Amino acid sequence: MQSGPISDELFRPSVKNKEELEHISRPNLTAFQDGWLRLSKNKGSVCSLILLILLVILALAGPHLTQFTYYGTDYNATYQAPSMLHWFGTDKFGRDQWARVWYGTRISLLIAVVAAALDLIVGVSYGAVSALFGGKVDAVMQRFIEILVGIPNLIFVILLMMLMPASVWTLILAMSISGWVNMARLVRAEILKLKNQEFVLAARVLGTSDRDIIRKHMIPNTIGVIVINTMFTIPSAIFTEAFLSFIGIGLQEPKASLGVLINSGFQVINSHVYLLLIPAAVIVLIMVCFSILGDGMRDAFDPRMRN
Amino acid sequence: MNRYILKRLVYLAVTLLVITTLTFFLMHSLPGTPFDEDKISRLSAAQQQQIYASYGLDKPLYIQFFRYLTNMFKGDFGTSTLYLGMPVSRIVLNRILPSALIGFQAVLFGVVIGLVLGIIAAYRHNTSMDYMTMIISVLGISIPNFVVAALLQYFLGFKLGWFPVAYWESYANSILPSLALSFGVIAQIARFIRTEMLSVLQQDYILMAQSKGLSPAKILVKHALRNSILPVVTILGSIVVNLLTGSLAVESIYSVPGIGSLFVDTIKANDYSTILGLTVFYSAFYVVVILIIDILYCLIDPRIRLASAKE
Repeated sequence: MQSGPISDELFRPSVKNKEELEHISRPNLTAFQDGWLRLSKNKGSVCSLILLILLVILALAGPHLTQFTYYGTDYNATYQAPSMLHWFGTDKFGRDQWARVWYGTRISLLIAVVAAALDLIVGVSYGAVSALFGGKVDAVMQRFIEILVGIPNLIFVILLMMLMPASVWTLILAMSISGWVNMARLVRAEILKLKNQEFVLAARVLGTSDRDIIRKHMIPNTIGVIVINTMFTIPSAIFTEAFLSFIGIGLQEPKASLGVLINSGFQVINSHVYLLLIPAAVIVLIMVCFSILGDGMRDAFDPRMRN
Repeated sequence: MNRYILKRLVYLAVTLLVITTLTFFLMHSLPGTPFDEDKISRLSAAQQQQIYASYGLDKPLYIQFFRYLTNMFKGDFGTSTLYLGMPVSRIVLNRILPSALIGFQAVLFGVVIGLVLGIIAAYRHNTSMDYMTMIISVLGISIPNFVVAALLQYFLGFKLGWFPVAYWESYANSILPSLALSFGVIAQIARFIRTEMLSVLQQDYILMAQSKGLSPAKILVKHALRNSILPVVTILGSIVVNLLTGSLAVESIYSVPGIGSLFVDTIKANDYSTILGLTVFYSAFYVVVILIIDILYCLIDPRIRLASAKE
């Protein structure tokens, strides 16, 4: 450091450079990258995401890690407590519980993801068509939804399950017949809101085609709501499957889903409680992870919702 | 407001009609008869015909449907085939009391505990109390109620022996099912009140109350709680739905002679007329509760009233 008075050479005029002022110094982030950045700062969500990935890997690989199959019976080894041979014990027919639990997790996740995807497709298109066409089409479609909303979902899923033979696809179908209503309403509300916003008006004034407005403005701005809602649909579908199987009208033995396992574990709760506790723990873990991840995603992708 | 209620009542009637029609034709397209196949095939054709005729099952479907509708308005929902010869309406009436008691207690436990937890969590924001409440509410929302019911039955009923494990003999029998049902309510209420309270506590009128020198307890009860409790109305709908579905599994687990376990039993036994009656009953209950909640909502929040008037 120079002591004494500062020499004149050190002074340089600061020139305003117009180019420089408007320069964007950071890379442009899409809404998705932006949300992802915020999500990765949320410890709970990251943990849940890792746990869920682990669970999915276990559901896919778990049944193959043991020499037993989920349906193979062994009447000399019924109701065995967890051991080195049978990691989660065996059930009343001597079937290996480890294989059954992870196979069941696979079925439960499959049902939930497919049901959520169906909800997504039907709900998003219904809501989008209703909002974009407006007028009479919207009025008719909304009246239909208002009637559907009045119907208690689960009761109808139960009735449909009675009508059709119990299988994975029946469950998925029954759950998606009524499941899409919520998504349709959310998407419609979101698009109606967007339709009246200035940036859409601006795009229209600039002569953007309808197709481009939908592609560039509507879809990116509604994707947050859609993703978040899907994150809450999946656990509720897992719950519904487990619930139906638990009261005895979902999947049937020897097929395994988490609901079926909890149901048969509950039958022997007083003597072999591990048969109930392990599948129950797995379903709770899945539900908790989805719930925390869903909350985290809502905060990350929809900052207005943050509290 | 009156117009709004009238409009909603029309929807309510249409919805109920759609539900009844759908359920009726769904039920009658089911394979098999509500009777024991093995026993009925041993009867002669004439006897079979006589049994079908006594339940009105020999007529064409549309005639059965219109007869069902007209009888329904007279309060006659047909006769059960599981509980031989019992009118459906009487079976349902006999079963309402246990369900109502459990539902009421679950809401009571849930609201009281949920309120206390939510208030503490908001007041001691970002402390261990707050985190504990959040953990409880995430668990309460995520754990399926039939798992809660099974675990409570095993640990509190079977292992510790604090409460009767099942059946319906004394008041003590109602405690475990109510607790199991209230778990979800606690979680929903605690979470909601916490969020509401946190935003209310930042309002200027709370600062004003503090600067006036009011005691913290007074501020909490008179200013913060009063303003955060009203929006609870908005989640009442989902709480009621939870209780309705929860009651199916919880009542079956504890062998409570209520509506929920009746529904599960009749489904397993293909008892058409009772299932039909119960579906109509559940739907009517659901639709009416939702209507009441929406009306309450309008009365409480004038902004909603304006929005619905514009529509």
